[in-house]
Amino acid sequence: MRLRGRRAPLAIGVCALLVAATACGGADGSEEPGRTTLVVKTFSQFGYQDLYKQYESSHPGIKIKEENIGKLGDYTPKLQQWMASGSGAGDVVALEEGILIQFMARPDKFVNLLDHGASSLQGDFLEWKWKQGLTSDGAKLVGLGTDVGAQGMCYRTDLFAKAGLPTDRDQVGALWPTWDAYLATGQRFMTARTGASFFDSSGSVYLNMLMQLSDHTYYDTANNLVIDTNPAVKAAWDKTVQMIQAGLSGNIAAYSPQWNAGFKNGRFATIPCPSWMLGTIEKQSGPENAGRWDVAKVPGNGAVRGGSFLAVPTQSKHQREAAELVKFLTSPLGQMAAFKAVNNFPSSPKAIDEPAVRNFTNAYFNDAPVGKIFGDSVKALKPVYLGPDNNPVNDRVTNALTAIEQGKLSPEAAWANAVAEAKRVAG
Amino acid sequence: MTRLLDRLDKVASPYLFIAPFFVIFGIFGLFPVGYTAWVSLHAWDISGAQGFVGLDNFVTLFGDPNFWNAIVNTLGMLILSTVPQLVIALILANALNQRMRGLVFYRLGVLAPIVTSVAAVGIVFSQIFDRDAGLVNGMLHLVGVPPIDWHADKWSSWIAISTMVSWRWIGYNALIYLAAMQAVPRDLYEAAEIDGATKARQFWAITVPMIRPAVLFTVIVSTIGGTQLFTEPLIFGQGGFAISGGSLRQFQTVSMYMFEKAFRDFDYGYGSAVAWMIFVLIMLLTLINFLLTRHWGGRA
Repeated sequence: MRLRGRRAPLAIGVCALLVAATACGGADGSEEPGRTTLVVKTFSQFGYQDLYKQYESSHPGIKIKEENIGKLGDYTPKLQQWMASGSGAGDVVALEEGILIQFMARPDKFVNLLDHGASSLQGDFLEWKWKQGLTSDGAKLVGLGTDVGAQGMCYRTDLFAKAGLPTDRDQVGALWPTWDAYLATGQRFMTARTGASFFDSSGSVYLNMLMQLSDHTYYDTANNLVIDTNPAVKAAWDKTVQMIQAGLSGNIAAYSPQWNAGFKNGRFATIPCPSWMLGTIEKQSGPENAGRWDVAKVPGNGAVRGGSFLAVPTQSKHQREAAELVKFLTSPLGQMAAFKAVNNFPSSPKAIDEPAVRNFTNAYFNDAPVGKIFGDSVKALKPVYLGPDNNPVNDRVTNALTAIEQGKLSPEAAWANAVAEAKRVAG
Repeated sequence: MTRLLDRLDKVASPYLFIAPFFVIFGIFGLFPVGYTAWVSLHAWDISGAQGFVGLDNFVTLFGDPNFWNAIVNTLGMLILSTVPQLVIALILANALNQRMRGLVFYRLGVLAPIVTSVAAVGIVFSQIFDRDAGLVNGMLHLVGVPPIDWHADKWSSWIAISTMVSWRWIGYNALIYLAAMQAVPRDLYEAAEIDGATKARQFWAITVPMIRPAVLFTVIVSTIGGTQLFTEPLIFGQGGFAISGGSLRQFQTVSMYMFEKAFRDFDYGYGSAVAWMIFVLIMLLTLINFLLTRHWGGRA
């Protein structure tokens, strides 16, 4: 609040000085009387274009403007600034799981959706997803769930054929009931010398295992850092190191240009793919690789990585209208539409069981029944508690794994490094 | 009444005319500096100020190995990019100062890198220094050198980033030198010619000393730029957690460390402390540069 009080007179001063009405007026000032423009801030792909049109036609007087930032990494600091300065966040913001956890410390920055009749919607969401957006006393609902990052394992059928492995997705899924079996399959794959590595880089494999192994990761539910005492963390780490040492990793950093090109050139044969990543894979691999990718079940029992929420910042001038829009976009119907548009997997049990989702196949991925694969993955799932600095700590662990891949640190030194860095972050 | 207005006009008008600069500087220059200092004295996270902690953030900072690592990286890349950059610029400017065909074309040519977007430069150079399909590794392969993972080591990543920075700024510095060289009186060279001085001798004995103010200027500007190095290493880093500057922070600069603490770990108080240390570092380096260059000037 102090921040806001200080900035306001200054801002007025600047406006008066520059007489720049356009720069200072802001988006809200320019709207026609009787019409409300709702600004929705999103990152990556949410697939809401059709839903906006639908909503606008059924709600005359409402106009929706989406402002999208491609990368979550670029979106996060901007969101920070909007929230801290009290302006710029628009009317609806998308909160990725990790950001939500950090903002749960300040529920007062967001409109309590329970005040806008959200309590009747609880049955529309998976129980743990609903709870993630709810303060621990149950009094405030910060965000309503959109998608969940249901996990599958994407793989290249052409590379599998080259290596003499089965290519049918059920047979492929049967190759790896466990991560040990995944490792063994990887070793078989590597002996065939296809020129590709078995997976892109260790970070996503590691995280996938970690999310399956325990109900919490780096923090216990009392928010104590337990990275060096939670056996699940060390188990996932050790298994990942084993895979690196077996030569399965291509050491290709996720979201780097090499990674983007790697999809096109087939530089890696498998990649653990949360549902929201299918769109990325399709975009990066391009039409020339259509039908070469397929989706199988992930080793172990399901898992979830990522997933988002929609929230209304208290700085919005149209809180009531914005809350209505959030309820619409996160409704089972809205979630189904988003799934069809960009494969963001619903967090609504109703939507998950709809035939339209359940029977959905993805043409690009060899007509894989992704609706069923991801649905089973989500249902096998136990919620995992993520502590406040979960993402920064995970960044450090991933970096330590990369250092092993680059041959710069021994596994022991890398582990010591990761733990020390994690303690510095949390301390 | 008119006389009063007239007097007011004479006294106040000049101040009013120069006021916009100072007001804007106050708002966008001084206020953030002061505010950052205020934040740096607090525990300040995503939920706002968590209380006054005095110099705690600075104390932690001085014992933070990652901070010192970032300082070493910044200074290392500063030297590795600035020194060759200015020497090459000087030689280039001297070449452009000769009579030759197509002079305008060349002079415009050296300017081209500056108008290129830094992001584009970063992306192109990341490709050139790519481990698997990069141009540099391709050429090394021709002479039998195994491919280098440019991101993995300090020395290799520093070279790659410094090349990027130098490429962008050589032309800019060369033009400044060229402008200064044009102002050197021709008769000095004629006299030197008569005395039998070679071109090289003329360059070191006349040109360089005569353009000393320009050299001083470029050294200081490059130092400030180098201390704030951010975009090039960030783009070179790539991937989800590029702000750490490599798996073991091989090429993380102080600016990157500041950004990581403030916007990745949401520790704004600590980030502000780092920001203030960058400010102090720049002042220090500028002072050293100034003294050194003046000393050098005194000898010449």
